[in-house]
Amino acid sequence: MTEVKQKHLLGIKGMNANQLETIFQTADNFLELLQSPVKKTPALRDVTIANLFFENSTRTRVSFELAEKRLGADVVNFSSSSSSVKKGETLIDTVNNILSMKVDMVVMRHPAPGACRFLSKHIDAQIINAGDGTHEHPTQALLDAFSMRNHFGGSIEGKKVVIVGDIKHSRVAISNIHALRLLGAEVMVCGPSTLIPKNIESLGVKVNTRIEEALEWADVANMLRIQLERQDARFFPSLREYTRLYGLDKNRLDALNKDLLVMHPGPINRGVEISSDVADSGQSIILQQVENGVAVRMAVLFLLAQGNL
Amino acid sequence: MNHNSDTKELLSASRASLIFKRFALELVENYVDLKELAIIGLQPRGVALAEVVMKELKAITSHDVLFGTLDNTFYRDDIGRSGEIHIPKPSKIDFSTEGKRIVLIDDVLYTGRSVRSAIDGLMRFGRPQSIELMVLVDRVFQREVPIKPDYIGVSIDSRNTEHYVRVNWLDDNKAEVWLKDKEND
Repeated sequence: MTEVKQKHLLGIKGMNANQLETIFQTADNFLELLQSPVKKTPALRDVTIANLFFENSTRTRVSFELAEKRLGADVVNFSSSSSSVKKGETLIDTVNNILSMKVDMVVMRHPAPGACRFLSKHIDAQIINAGDGTHEHPTQALLDAFSMRNHFGGSIEGKKVVIVGDIKHSRVAISNIHALRLLGAEVMVCGPSTLIPKNIESLGVKVNTRIEEALEWADVANMLRIQLERQDARFFPSLREYTRLYGLDKNRLDALNKDLLVMHPGPINRGVEISSDVADSGQSIILQQVENGVAVRMAVLFLLAQGNL
Repeated sequence: MNHNSDTKELLSASRASLIFKRFALELVENYVDLKELAIIGLQPRGVALAEVVMKELKAITSHDVLFGTLDNTFYRDDIGRSGEIHIPKPSKIDFSTEGKRIVLIDDVLYTGRSVRSAIDGLMRFGRPQSIELMVLVDRVFQREVPIKPDYIGVSIDSRNTEHYVRVNWLDDNKAEVWLKDKEND
């Protein structure tokens, strides 16, 4: 396997398929570890990790924290709502203060796109991007691709994946597109034209604004959450209309007459982008994605702790 | 195979085959009740030896003994220190090791650190009654932790650290063992 060296995980863009396969191969073994009675290893016992969340998160923060603790690392948590950021401290000052307490790795979520890259140029610690604005969310893309790969028996080459919803504001969509294209999958984005960025085709994806056609084409549907917090302008008339035109419900799924794999990065707006009966159906691997998330994040931390990814 | 003057044959294929048979006989002698026994091959290079010992054991006793593979990567003591990148191999132990008598198998024993980490890794599958260690080659005088093998194919003096041991697996479960010079590999 080609050895690729990378100190940080800032985004999927710029990575190659070998690196992703190394992460998946390592995650396979962590998944096995997580099934056994003792789910911890002491591999990162001398590593201290700071989780810096300048934006709300439940799933990603808990998943990272669990991954870190299961690797035996020391963990400190920080959230902007209860910190000196509220008192006007800059990002670099905040992080440097935390690093002076001898922190080796920083897992950061921040509302500004590029915040992780900026930080990586100014501090010594290794940075893992846990979502930066509308830019990238690499570990979510890795766990999504890993879940698909495992579902399809080890490869997603040639599989057709449609990402449905708010592509414009979604870091999950961008990271997913990069990861899926690297792994040889075909990708389509689908949603209201107001929520699809111009020139998205340049990333090598198809665009279709009609969900019936998109689902007919696809093997996998990754349903994105409508991010109400990012809807400053009105990109569609109403949630009810969005659900009618782009929501995935049982009728739409049954009309396909095939085993479409249903995914969602969470948190789900039940009854908006996906109905409860679909989210809880046998075709959905939403909870499997969450389980895989811990294993994939353990793999990323474990490989980065060795100095290279 | 073309070997230069910096390599020395430690074990010929025929002698190694005799050792595999001897290993199986020693296990039969020591483990009257084979149901208690579980053989675990250490990833990556101990697995082939463990499989051969399993076959020899089956040929003698007609018994199926519990078998698994174990990877020690997550339990190493040099993660982030050695400069090497360690990619794990699968651990596959489909049974509880609780109360079992385990024989760990590896090809070469050197510093003992791999076996130390493997014992840590094994503990997550249960608390075995006992753990023994079987190695094809014991490189004595270079141990860094107090680990001692119970079954040894051949022992060699490894005070010369410019040498290393290579086990080459051939067809038909045969193997030959070479002592090689690091610089001329």
